[in-house]
Amino acid sequence: MKELHSDPRVVADADDISRAIRRLSHQILENLKGAENLVLLGIPSRGVPLAHRISRNIADIEGTAIPVGSLDVTLFRDDLKLRPAKTLERTELPPEGIDGRVVVLVDDVLYSGRTIRAALDALNEFGRPTIVQLAVLVDRGHRELPIRADYVGKNLPTSQAEKVYVEISELDGQDQIVISHSELKNP
Amino acid sequence: MKHLVSIADLSRDDAIKILDTAERLDALTEQGAKKLPTLRGRTVVNLFYEDSTRTRLSFELAAKRLSADVITFSAKGSSVSKGESLKDTALTLQAMGADAVVVRHNASGAAHQLAHTGWIDAGIINAGDGTHEHPTQALLDAYTLRDALTKDRGEALGAGLDGITVGIVGDVLHSRVARSNIRLLHKLGAHVVVIGPPTLMPVGIDKWPCEVRYDIDGALPSLDAIMMLRVQQERMNGSFFPSSEEYSRMFGLNRSRAARLPQHAIVLHPGPMNRGMEITAEVADSHRSVITQQVANGVTVRMAVLYLLVGGDSVD
Repeated sequence: MKELHSDPRVVADADDISRAIRRLSHQILENLKGAENLVLLGIPSRGVPLAHRISRNIADIEGTAIPVGSLDVTLFRDDLKLRPAKTLERTELPPEGIDGRVVVLVDDVLYSGRTIRAALDALNEFGRPTIVQLAVLVDRGHRELPIRADYVGKNLPTSQAEKVYVEISELDGQDQIVISHSELKNP
Repeated sequence: MKHLVSIADLSRDDAIKILDTAERLDALTEQGAKKLPTLRGRTVVNLFYEDSTRTRLSFELAAKRLSADVITFSAKGSSVSKGESLKDTALTLQAMGADAVVVRHNASGAAHQLAHTGWIDAGIINAGDGTHEHPTQALLDAYTLRDALTKDRGEALGAGLDGITVGIVGDVLHSRVARSNIRLLHKLGAHVVVIGPPTLMPVGIDKWPCEVRYDIDGALPSLDAIMMLRVQQERMNGSFFPSSEEYSRMFGLNRSRAARLPQHAIVLHPGPMNRGMEITAEVADSHRSVITQQVANGVTVRMAVLYLLVGGDSVD
């Protein structure tokens, strides 16, 4: 008998992702009434290319370049003891800094919310933005903390037994979102 | 990786991972994150059986920047002076729940013994054991070399020290810094030239992964970096050279020798310096000298080691 869903299952292709990012960019501009003071901070690894794409989209719409940075939250996590020490990724804030700015954090998947909690702690060390918001490509539910995203590319109901893989061409050679019950090699 | 006892325990990839982690930490500090919550609730014990200023302060600062609780224990003024053994001290630290023990001891092999006897579960970091090894000093030296000499080739991240020639000059015999450095720099692809009087060369040095020379002057033009070792009079119980004046004349780094180094070459010293003996004050304070950078990098590199050893779950 044929299974209802194949595994792994592709739930979004490159066009879907590109439309979702375009919509996110419009929503950010609409909500913030423009791009003034805006800084995008991607959370490595896949949040960083996503932040750059949103920045390019906003530049196309508004004609202004938005500063993009990268914020590695590893050292601020509360679950460090649960796994071997991870290699650190790049942290590079835009030269303008984040004081008094509107910071939109960008990540690929919102799940437990622990990464975002760590990101908020990390931001504290670097400055004091006036507003901090969150944009994610995928919200897969199962939050463990009272955290929500302001901008969501795609709501993806999942079971906790499943894994969600976001592939971004800058890092993975192609754009797609995959759900699987087993570990996939790639990410 | 649970312990850091000897450079021999590290693969090239492990060593580069430590340097890369230090580089990331450096960037965090530079951008304003001076205090990181990473080791909150963990206890780091500095166990110092031998005098030290910079290594002890450096480890203490590194652990504090990562929010660990730090206890510093020096043998002077402790139960050690009442005759407590290393084993009993280790059992005490175990009972107190130490997560990492940074140990400096005058006996070669002390750190190895703590790491491998099962007296204590904590991660053991060797901060110098007798004349054996001082791995974090070698790592901070490698970091300093990579930072100063490979940046113009692009990002240092992921890089070794391939194609770089480093001279290590002086008291190789008593130097754990030299021992760790020769191993590590070779592992990272550098060519190491050790230079000093034959009386201060260890037996079997010809089997080490380095070139050996007994004169400094001929080597100078080929060096990208020169590391001056401290003459360790406290470990010398015989005559290894006729007089300090003669040592200084034969092997000391002075202005005229420094001028024969290539333009880009840098000068390192692990400290504490005997100014006027192995290095003149003028060279130590010159633009070539990266001695104060070494101290600053020491904190960052030790943060990296502490994070990698005790920051996560250390099952592997």
